[in-house]
Amino acid sequence: MKFIDPHVHMVSRTTDDYEAMQKAGVVAVIEPAFWLGQPRTAAGSFKDYYSSLVGWERFRASQFGIKHYCTIGLNSKEANNEPLAEQVMDLLPLYIFKEGVVGIGEIGYDDQTAAEDKYFRAQIELAREAGLPIQIHTPHRDKKKGTIRSMDVCEEHGVDPSTVIVDHNNEETVEEVLNRGYWTAFTIYPNTKMGNERMVEIVRQYGAERIMINSAADWGVSDPLSVPKTAALMLERGIPQEQVELVCYKNALEAFGQSGQMKEEDWADAEGVDQTQLFHGNSVLRGGQQAKTGDNIIKN
Amino acid sequence: MEINRDELKAQFSILIGQSVDEKVLSGFEVKLKEAVETPAKLKFNLLFSSIPRQVGRNTVHVPAEQLSVLQDCRKGFDPSGWTVDRLCRVQLLLHLDPAIGKEEYLARVEELFSVAEVNEQVALYSALPLYHFPEEFRFRTTEGIRTNMTSVFDAVALNNPYPFDYLEEAAWNQMVLKALFMQRPVYRIYGIDQRANQALARILSDYAHERWAAGRAVSPELWRCVGPFIDEKLFEDINRLLKGNDPFKEEAAVLACYDSDFAGAKQVLADRPRLAEMARSGELNWNALGKDYEKEL
Repeated sequence: MKFIDPHVHMVSRTTDDYEAMQKAGVVAVIEPAFWLGQPRTAAGSFKDYYSSLVGWERFRASQFGIKHYCTIGLNSKEANNEPLAEQVMDLLPLYIFKEGVVGIGEIGYDDQTAAEDKYFRAQIELAREAGLPIQIHTPHRDKKKGTIRSMDVCEEHGVDPSTVIVDHNNEETVEEVLNRGYWTAFTIYPNTKMGNERMVEIVRQYGAERIMINSAADWGVSDPLSVPKTAALMLERGIPQEQVELVCYKNALEAFGQSGQMKEEDWADAEGVDQTQLFHGNSVLRGGQQAKTGDNIIKN
Repeated sequence: MEINRDELKAQFSILIGQSVDEKVLSGFEVKLKEAVETPAKLKFNLLFSSIPRQVGRNTVHVPAEQLSVLQDCRKGFDPSGWTVDRLCRVQLLLHLDPAIGKEEYLARVEELFSVAEVNEQVALYSALPLYHFPEEFRFRTTEGIRTNMTSVFDAVALNNPYPFDYLEEAAWNQMVLKALFMQRPVYRIYGIDQRANQALARILSDYAHERWAAGRAVSPELWRCVGPFIDEKLFEDINRLLKGNDPFKEEAAVLACYDSDFAGAKQVLADRPRLAEMARSGELNWNALGKDYEKEL
């Protein structure tokens, strides 16, 4: 079975993770722009971060046979530093049309402050102009209210819910997000938010339409294999395979594919493309021993 | 460096036209005109980003006659094997007007570099031989050589005459060494033989010793820049190549000796009349060896 992890911060992960994900069947990942665990102090730090999402990280993933996409945006936490946020807003138009950018994200609310609201709205407008999907981060605290407010604001700006992925849902938010027509994403964190047992029950209750799961693996305690592991558990608990495919692959492809930047051919044909563009002349493909590539690219 | 940019623009337009349908070409030409005529840079930068969405990624076919026209416009320039989005980006860069002033011109290109994704970097480095103020791009070129992204490195180092024309010796040597390190085909480095030098021969020999010590393979192409500088010490390396029964190594040793006046090297050729004759006739040559070895990788 093939998987897409539509929310994972690979810049924080090791090559072991890439290898394990590829072996488990993950063919593509989407890396939303987020914060790095501590606040950045200069616009240049954002610029280099965005550049790495469309540059080095994309290449690094390709060396392990995984297609890497990203969403670009100013996250809600750092939107609170207004002088810096203004400069970051000027940078965003330089990145949103780049290859592999499948949306504006992850944006939304953290503490639900006025500054967060201001830049959330500005980025919704940017997404509308660019015709890109929006990936919404819903707050950890006061989640239900923040989630509803996020959707209200999108609708106020005339955004079609079918172009919006609302992330980090739980049992309290799922019903309203689904009913209002949004893509409804769940983050499977070990021990927190949403364990995979709970996820199985949600799919049992609500079905698979417009539901997707992700690992949101980052620099904290998290599991980049959450998607394939949860898929295995769903199958074990009797969820039909078609539903598991929707939740763990197809829905993410359909939602982010609306950007025109992500197609199944990208990985179905990847061998031909990558051999000439990336792997050409490299020892990697010999005998299919992918791990050997690291020899070339990571050292020095 | 003489560059006929007007003719290049016209030739690029023809090549692009051969790779996309008429509607796509005229759409691109309209956007190009708009971007060039708007003083604010945002339109130019957005077009640069969005080119693949408009023109796709077909491979551009460059017929031999057209390649020679291109090379009359800019010596050594070779877009064979490029995708059409890469060519369109280089076409756009060619339209950046130096009348905006040197400082502004360089800042505009540098800004594109600083926010570039992989394929944009490939296009930006591919345009190195065509920029105005070329001597100002030396540092940028060394940055490209430092990359670990294969396609980006290739855009700088392979079939690109800029490093040959402008890099100082240390940077040139670094590029050749890095090409071997990344297992890139050395025969595609423009001017590889003309810029062989004593320091490079020593660096390459050291690198070969390092690989041997680690029990790893050494590309036969490594010896291409060593031949003219064979002395007592480098000759020991040649003798090492001749031990064992690897035809690649033996051919590389013979070719290196063919480039040398060292007495031992002449003896190597005398001991192998068949290969020596092949080297003399050109049947055995570094480019053919490089191509054959590339297939082995």
